[in-house]
Amino acid sequence: MNCDASPPPLLHPRRLLTWGVLLAVLIVLPLLFNKGFALSLLCQIGIMAIFALSYNMLLGQTGLLSFGHAVYFGIGAFAAMHTLNLLGKGGLPLPVTLLPLVGGLAGLLAGVLFGYVSTKRAGTTFAMISLGIGELVASASLMFPALFGGEGGVSGNRVVGGAVLGISYGPQIEMYYLIAGWAFISMLAMYALTQTPLGCMANAVRDNPERVQFVGYDPQWVRFMMLVLSGGFAGIAGALSALNYEIVTAETLGAQTSGAVLMMAFVGGVGWFHGPIIGAVLITLLQIALSGLTKAWLFYFGLFFLCMVLYLPGGIASLLSMHQRLWQARLLGWVLPSYVRLALPLALVAGGLIGLVEMAYQRAEAAEIPLRLFGAPIDVTLATPWLGALAALCGGLVLLRASWPAVTGAWRRALLRLEGGEET
Amino acid sequence: MEFVLVSLLNGITYGMLLFMLSSGLTLIFSMMGVLNFAHASFYMLGAYFAYQVSVILGFWPALLVAPLLVGLCGVLIERYGLRKAHKYGHVAELLFTFGLSFLIEEIVRLVWGKAAVDYRIPEALNGTLFTLFSSDFPIYKGFMMLVSVGMLLALYALLTRTRTGLIVQAALSRPDMVEALGHNVPRIFMLVFGGGVALAALAGVIGGNAFITEPGMAAAVGTIVFVVVVVGGLGSLAGAFVASLLIGIVQTFAVGLNVSITDIAALFGVELQASGAMARLTLTQLAPILPYLFMVAILVLRPRGLMGARES
Repeated sequence: MNCDASPPPLLHPRRLLTWGVLLAVLIVLPLLFNKGFALSLLCQIGIMAIFALSYNMLLGQTGLLSFGHAVYFGIGAFAAMHTLNLLGKGGLPLPVTLLPLVGGLAGLLAGVLFGYVSTKRAGTTFAMISLGIGELVASASLMFPALFGGEGGVSGNRVVGGAVLGISYGPQIEMYYLIAGWAFISMLAMYALTQTPLGCMANAVRDNPERVQFVGYDPQWVRFMMLVLSGGFAGIAGALSALNYEIVTAETLGAQTSGAVLMMAFVGGVGWFHGPIIGAVLITLLQIALSGLTKAWLFYFGLFFLCMVLYLPGGIASLLSMHQRLWQARLLGWVLPSYVRLALPLALVAGGLIGLVEMAYQRAEAAEIPLRLFGAPIDVTLATPWLGALAALCGGLVLLRASWPAVTGAWRRALLRLEGGEET
Repeated sequence: MEFVLVSLLNGITYGMLLFMLSSGLTLIFSMMGVLNFAHASFYMLGAYFAYQVSVILGFWPALLVAPLLVGLCGVLIERYGLRKAHKYGHVAELLFTFGLSFLIEEIVRLVWGKAAVDYRIPEALNGTLFTLFSSDFPIYKGFMMLVSVGMLLALYALLTRTRTGLIVQAALSRPDMVEALGHNVPRIFMLVFGGGVALAALAGVIGGNAFITEPGMAAAVGTIVFVVVVVGGLGSLAGAFVASLLIGIVQTFAVGLNVSITDIAALFGVELQASGAMARLTLTQLAPILPYLFMVAILVLRPRGLMGARES
């Protein structure tokens, strides 16, 4: 993504291959996962991938940490929903396929309006302003029930007008292909943007705004442009979510959505173009899997996020790229064995932690159903399970500390060899 | 007249509570450049700790013990978490405190449950201090004001009259120089973080029973406190004080005034069409967004805030 590293241009054969593979995967996926649940999951992932990528235009590319990105997503969603309802009344001659454009336009306009205020500053001040604007819009949305539907939200029916070319968007599979199509176009557009002068200047503004001014660019203008465009893509994602769920509530605009997209982009890796896509897939899957398994899933989520910030600030994408380098140099075998030594400590830490959290939750909620952990019933009124979980956690942490040097040592040797190998 | 006086008193009480929160936030920000996203979470922790301690020991020990415990938590979090994130720059620090606020809320839910806990005003402070026209002014509000004014004076004295305060002030503006003079700046940072967080917890101890102690209480004041800090000017304690009172009073008045935008416009001789949803909104309905509107206005007109010394 860095311009100075000169990545292959968009039309380079290798790039074309990557995009072709992505397109093929998008087309083939629903053939493999055609169950209702899996398909709606795919739809959700597609929407979130666009949203997370649009967020990364700010955080990863321009260095703007936003706590209110859901505003553009939500405004796009509401705009699309109202337009859809207009279509239903026969007021507008617009195919449903193009509705995401309406959402994108709304997001763009919202970006112009709020971007003017917020991009005057970068850094911490920008983060706070974005938070303030997010809260402003979220609480204002509850004041205008005619526009935002109050607590109940606005709902609509995406099957309006006649079927165009046999596509009515009634079945979920048609919705999937709509989302996949827009996701592909948006990804392509956002990638192309990183190759334009604006995309490069955004990187420069992130790294050194002072020098950008010396080159003759206005950092504020670059930030503004990036925010407007990112708002537009967020609006497209919002419109798709409006079409997909056929309902938009004020929650869509709120802090929780903003927090979720921030987590996706960060966990995936803000330094890589594909990072937010990984994050969107991972977090959406985790959300579904964890929220079904345990009521304390938000806790695990928060902890996971904190650990990522402290120990893997480059995100999953950085981890992958580190291993890819070794794999290409056929050195992966040097580090993999050391990971085996981490298995037991990690299992102990995870087991102890899960035990403690689940028992705490059981106790706080005074739930009727007895707790079952790892296949065994557990009585939280006894001291033994608590002590056992605590011992597992502490023992695991001690073991982890003891076996960690093996991993770092293996990595150091592999990297030395890699750099030495590159010289010869 | 009665309405004005009562609202003013209530507004000042609320404003002083906001200042207890925003003072710690400002201190931490101006010192470490870290915007503590989790600041309101420590306010919540203060209330919950006070509830737990008051169940065992009573309210008065809780007033002292809870802030100290939370301060200790803050010191540990700074030492073993924030300092690590510091290496990766300000964005990582902000994200760390963001994740922390998330986690603290969940921990509170895990330990004390989702519903509000029964944290009550002590018997001795239950009652009426004085009656103003026909409204009673509760003793507890007077007590809240007393504690916050006491804290304000103590903070002022500590920062301007003691050696520790001098070093802290020096470290605010010239950390490198202070370090060169042989002071352990990371340790000062750690203590300032603990102290700021303890102030927030003290606000939680006296605010938790005046309002309600539940897992959503951090989110309810969190963003308002940020608004206060931005409006007052990042890093300015005096600015935070003025902004806290201003926002406290404005919000209290807005909640109490049931006039619509049309009425206000009519006051200035402007006749509005009363048909739009906008014109029918009353000030009471607008109260929750007033601070944010205020913040946006300040940022457009005077980006460094009311009394901010520097632009960051």
